[in-house]
Amino acid sequence: MRFEQFLRDSARRLPDKTALITQARRLTYSQLDDLSDELAQGLINRGVCRGDRVVLFLDNSPEAVVSIFAVLKAGAVFCPVNPSTKADKLAYIVNNCRARALITQQKIAHVAADAVFASPSIALTVVADGDAAPSHRGFVHWSEVLAAPSAPMLSGDLGIDIDLAMLIYTSGSTGFPKGVMMTHQNVVAAATSITTYLENTADDVILNVLPIAFDYGLYQVLMAVKVGATLVLEKSFAFPQLILQRAAEEKVTGLPLVPTMAAILIAQRNLAPGALPHLRYITNTAAALPPTHIERLQALFPHVALYSMYGLTECKRCTWLPPSELKNRISSVGIAIPGTEAYVVDGDGNRVAPGVVGELVIRGPHVMKGYWENPEATARALRPGPHEWEKVLYTGDLFRTDDDGFLYFVGRKDDIIKSRGEKVAPKEVENVIYALPGVAEVAVIGVPDPILGSAIKAVVATEPGAGLGEVDVVRHCARFLEDYMVPKFVEFRPSLPKTESGKISRRLVAEAQAGNARDAGV
Amino acid sequence: MTGNLTQSIREFIETSFLFREGRDRLADDESLLAAGLIDSTGILELVSYLESEFGILVLDEEIVPENLDSVSQIAAYVTSKQAAQSIAAVA
Repeated sequence: MRFEQFLRDSARRLPDKTALITQARRLTYSQLDDLSDELAQGLINRGVCRGDRVVLFLDNSPEAVVSIFAVLKAGAVFCPVNPSTKADKLAYIVNNCRARALITQQKIAHVAADAVFASPSIALTVVADGDAAPSHRGFVHWSEVLAAPSAPMLSGDLGIDIDLAMLIYTSGSTGFPKGVMMTHQNVVAAATSITTYLENTADDVILNVLPIAFDYGLYQVLMAVKVGATLVLEKSFAFPQLILQRAAEEKVTGLPLVPTMAAILIAQRNLAPGALPHLRYITNTAAALPPTHIERLQALFPHVALYSMYGLTECKRCTWLPPSELKNRISSVGIAIPGTEAYVVDGDGNRVAPGVVGELVIRGPHVMKGYWENPEATARALRPGPHEWEKVLYTGDLFRTDDDGFLYFVGRKDDIIKSRGEKVAPKEVENVIYALPGVAEVAVIGVPDPILGSAIKAVVATEPGAGLGEVDVVRHCARFLEDYMVPKFVEFRPSLPKTESGKISRRLVAEAQAGNARDAGV
Repeated sequence: MTGNLTQSIREFIETSFLFREGRDRLADDESLLAAGLIDSTGILELVSYLESEFGILVLDEEIVPENLDSVSQIAAYVTSKQAAQSIAAVA
């Protein structure tokens, strides 16, 4: 089954039910279905064909939700990109997937314009909001693209469920993002599995402030539509009191969090146990919640099921901890999600005994088809499995199990940093800093941070007389990197520690860092 | 006094957040959130700056857009907090 069919089914079953609530507007299922039909047909009218990639460079808006389903209905593949992405990286992604079209919004249209200028594949750029006359040459306003409601809609051969549904770019350790290929079957399998253990129904009201360019946020949209639930979509967690108020007003039942949001939430001194009486569940993923935060959330929301989960874009979600197990296994991320397998292997791919650390391997219908046009990276992630006819996903994450088979995260095999729940490749940040005149050496590491999980720190050695300061490095990074990749700390040293082969060692830099922190008693 | 206050707040926001969007100027009544200048961790930095710089205590329920979403709103909020605190101190 293709994913857009869930929207059609929900619209047939619950036409007048509210599908989407944003501060700007509310859409019923039938409105969401109709609007996405009109945009889909409009995209087709303007040359988008089955299998084409369409980049969605949008924040959390009704237009983003409509666009996701419109692209699928047109038989095309959507590729969501974080709206804080800068032009160079956006251009890289657009060129890498040879996108046919890009949908953006006025506020960031200038970034899109710079990227599209360098992207010959783009035949159509749509501005989803603002003035009807877009400010950039060749851009078309949303209202011009929508097909008339009375026009014939979406006929012909628009795809089957083993076609790609989406391409999600994820940070690679090489510093260049890789496009994770997900078919409709993959997305349906992941969404079905997750809504099964969360026990989602059409009665749920899910509040999502996570960017829908991030798969955790994206799946809130997909899962809500699949079960016919209501999605309350917010753009930012900057004002948590406002979000709590929205949650109370809309009688929210589901609240997906990342640890940074959880840390901010539990710090609200006016939040008392019994707040949000309609709340049924809270989920956490992207990075582990510290046990003290879990306990505080449980104290604040005693009636709420708290799900600790773990996943990666390459299969969406790997594991979940049944809430009833939280008391006895507070630091576990649980077991494989329904319909899949997750197990720990040694260097030869053999399963290891409980307690032994090894790499986590995932097997199931949710595992990606590979990285877009990147066979080397695909071969590293998807490797032969227990059967000759299959490939399984090597996560690059080190795990162990307890005697009952519950999984515990130990660390990553590579240097990827998790900050604010987002993956940051040190190499990508280092590449940007090296482009700053006067920088001789740089290593980017993660340092523990109570709110961010890990904060990004750049340790820099400059050329003599470079005269660079912390602000120069941060400003430079902010011009080229997404917000969450910009270093929070910059430290200057005369030189950086190297390995025996003369390569800068992030590990030695990080160890010196940890030593300093101990010496300073922090 | 309010002029100095506004100036200090503007300088803090410009040096801490403005460069993210590749801009160098901010209107006093421009929404920081709508401009994409401030996120959840940015608000925390702003609050700790206001507390240490102006000697006020920002309550959680006061961390709302009406108080903190633009330079002029922040200045008005700080002024009213300082006034309330000095009245409390006299009383």
